[in-house]
Amino acid sequence: MRTNDVILKTATQLIIFIIIIFSIYVFLAGHHNPGGGFIGGLMTAAAFVLLGLAFDIDTVKKTIPIDFKMITALGLLIAVLTGVGAFVFGANFLTHTFDYFMLPLLGETELATALLFDIGVYLVVIGVTLTIIFSIGEDQK
Amino acid sequence: MTVLHWATISPFLLAILIPFLYKYARSIHTGWFVLILPLVLFVYFIRQLPITSNGGTVEHTVPWVPSLGIHFNVYLDGLSLLFALLITGIGTLVVLYSIYYLSKTKEKLNNFYVYLLMFMGAMLGVVLSDNLIVLYAFWELTSLASSLLISYWYHRKKSTYGAQKSMLITVFGGFAMLAGFALLYLITGTFSIREIIASVDVVAASNLFLPAMLLILLGAFTKSAQFPFHIWLPDAMEAPTPVSAYLHSATMVKAGIYLVARLTPVFGGAAEWFWLLSGFGIITLFWGSLSAVRQKDLKGILAFSTISQLGLIMCLLGLGSASLYFSDGTNTEMYTIAVLAAIFHLINHATFKGSLFMTAGIIDHETGTRDIRNLGGLMTIMPITFTISLIGLASMAGLPPFNGFLSKEMFFTGVLNATELGIFNMPTWGLLFPILAWVASIFTFAYCAILFFKTFTGPFKPEKYDVKVHEAPIGMLISPIVLGSLVVIFGFFPNLLAYTLINPAMEAILPTLLAEGEVFKIDIYHWHGFNLELFMTIGVIILGSLVFLTMKKWAQMSFYLRERDPINYLYDGALAGISTGGKRLTSTYMTGSIRHYLIYIYSFMVLFIGYMFFKLDGFAFGGEAAPITFFETLIGVVMVTAALVVMFAKTRLTAIVGLGAVGYSLATFFVFFRAPDLALTQMVIETVSAVLFLLCFYHLPVFKQKFESTSFKVGNFIVSLGVGILITLLAISSHNSKFFESLKDYFVQASYDEAGGKNMVNVILVDFRGFDTLFEILVLGIAALGIYSMIKLRLAKEDH
Repeated sequence: MRTNDVILKTATQLIIFIIIIFSIYVFLAGHHNPGGGFIGGLMTAAAFVLLGLAFDIDTVKKTIPIDFKMITALGLLIAVLTGVGAFVFGANFLTHTFDYFMLPLLGETELATALLFDIGVYLVVIGVTLTIIFSIGEDQK
Repeated sequence: MTVLHWATISPFLLAILIPFLYKYARSIHTGWFVLILPLVLFVYFIRQLPITSNGGTVEHTVPWVPSLGIHFNVYLDGLSLLFALLITGIGTLVVLYSIYYLSKTKEKLNNFYVYLLMFMGAMLGVVLSDNLIVLYAFWELTSLASSLLISYWYHRKKSTYGAQKSMLITVFGGFAMLAGFALLYLITGTFSIREIIASVDVVAASNLFLPAMLLILLGAFTKSAQFPFHIWLPDAMEAPTPVSAYLHSATMVKAGIYLVARLTPVFGGAAEWFWLLSGFGIITLFWGSLSAVRQKDLKGILAFSTISQLGLIMCLLGLGSASLYFSDGTNTEMYTIAVLAAIFHLINHATFKGSLFMTAGIIDHETGTRDIRNLGGLMTIMPITFTISLIGLASMAGLPPFNGFLSKEMFFTGVLNATELGIFNMPTWGLLFPILAWVASIFTFAYCAILFFKTFTGPFKPEKYDVKVHEAPIGMLISPIVLGSLVVIFGFFPNLLAYTLINPAMEAILPTLLAEGEVFKIDIYHWHGFNLELFMTIGVIILGSLVFLTMKKWAQMSFYLRERDPINYLYDGALAGISTGGKRLTSTYMTGSIRHYLIYIYSFMVLFIGYMFFKLDGFAFGGEAAPITFFETLIGVVMVTAALVVMFAKTRLTAIVGLGAVGYSLATFFVFFRAPDLALTQMVIETVSAVLFLLCFYHLPVFKQKFESTSFKVGNFIVSLGVGILITLLAISSHNSKFFESLKDYFVQASYDEAGGKNMVNVILVDFRGFDTLFEILVLGIAALGIYSMIKLRLAKEDH
């Protein structure tokens, strides 16, 4: 019995982008500042949960038409491949390296392979959180 | 692998072929194929006689587990050859007998012969092994094969009962024996019997001497059905008669005798050994002969008779071991006669008891009953069976001119000599030996008479039998005839065996007593003149006849009315007690309540760690601590208050909110202790878990939903208090006892230089310790999939 919650919906439409951008910032900042894959993933997931609360789960599914379990699997795959990738260079499993590059727009930037691993963590956390909340949520119906 | 090795394991190899022979050669009785093997083995062992009778031995080694000193050693001397001949010789006769006894069409012959061959091989292994562990392996195989054979007719309840009983008792002894062997290994450092005997001084000086001896004797006594472990033998009579004749009279029950004889050089000469062997032996002899009289079943009588004769042999071995005490050579002949008697009676018993079991089987087979109350008057109908039984029974009763008479005379000599022993307190207690032996002999005579007269004399009543009674087929009679003739031959020519079999066996039992090239003086003859032994025998005959004639009066005594040995009640009670007691014990603590299990776990934790704490004096207080700020105190108070709220909350909603408050306070703590990553994560995770708790709360079932506070239980309170105090003590003490430098300096240094990150926590998580993180996200993935499958998969519901 959902009444007219136009304020919530409108606010959500705005806020959700802020949350997502903030979460991506937190995720990227993790190497030097507080943050990282775990907390970034949780926040991104929180954005989608908010979307689910304001609208409903079907809307979320329409917005991101991906199976969250696949995201989990993808994240795990990336994390493992980061580790396996070290073998190509004759290094041990999960050996990371970093270097500084001149990038357009960003200037001199540090790129670390640890970031790739963190992407895996990020995706797993999003996938796990949303799988749990939406499987429980769908069950309520 | 030498021929002797192959001879030992050949029965096992043949056993593999038996099922094929049974399946593809159905027209021929499988026993005929089996018969060849023991016959060939018997001939082979006969051919070894010249070696051992000249004092020689044969020894071959095949390494099995060399790193543990376990070798498949075969060792052939007089003693093992004697047993090997018994096993293969009687084995041949039993197989031949079983061919006629067991029906080709009605019985599962493949099972029978596989078990029998397994037993034969195991028994040969026992007597030929020089390595204690190999001996033990074969020993347990005999127990296993014996149980399989007893439960051959497994659809009968009594058979399985008997098999279980014999298995439990003999395996109990077997385990004890293994422990004894292990102790011997600890003392001497070798498993080889030969080497143990060589280092007998070390064994005697060790303080493990007595435990090793007791444990090994336990094995020997259970296997050889000594008092009070004899109770399995009468119940083993549910086995087919060839099995009873082979296992439970001639071979397996003598495995204990063999072991005792084999280890006499190690333990003999000790007072405990002497007393245990001769004491238990004489009690077994007495109890067995007393119990045999009250049996109503032919095989029951024979079973108790076997028990009593085994006791006799055991007693003689014990008495004979005294000769090792006088190893300086004085008076030894007086005691070696006991060993001589033991070996001689061992052979005699195998011959007459084997034939008696076979004739009992024939009577059972031809009349359909083994109950002596139904039998009678078979003398003219089964003349051959009658003759063989007469010879066997007369020999068992100790009547001249059969071999039993000779061994009985020597037995009396042995026990009479025992009274003159000046050692081991013999002057006080020694007189019991001849008295008990004499009384037991009287009862032996009585039950032999019962067996004979009840079965063969009296009127023949054809209406009592379901079948038409007639003499057995000749094939079934061959084996008892052979054994019966041996009884007579050994009776008339006892010295036939003296230097071929008996002397080498005695040399093996008492190796230290003989000088090089010397032999024991063995002269067995019937007429000793008018000595005490002869009068004792005459007394046995007279009193035994009296006992038999007044049997009607005796039979009214309650002792004789009950057939079962009273010790059985002890066994049955113990067995039932163990199972019900075990059940009761388990049901007291395996309640199925998780609350109880948690109490066990926590109590153990508190008691164990607490005990170690006190024992090792692990307390450490008063180390340096950081100053406590006002805000930390404030958050601490909030946190404790919230925790108390959780504990004493009346409703669950309050508890959930309280838990959330604890979680957020923790996040605040993280902020104050400068852990921003932790604070962030803790905040979000606390929110998510509070939401999930609320979800659970919302879906609690409505019925039985009472809003009542947690009930107070003293036990729970004490346990939780204990855990809390213990963990607090642990935390404080471990904080104050730092034994190594922390790694933090390295991480501070390396996280930027080597990993290029300023956020040390994150660098550790993804770089230095990325392996842990990899599996933590795997844990998360598994949890998500688990929740997903729990919600989506509802097979149980769909079924209904």
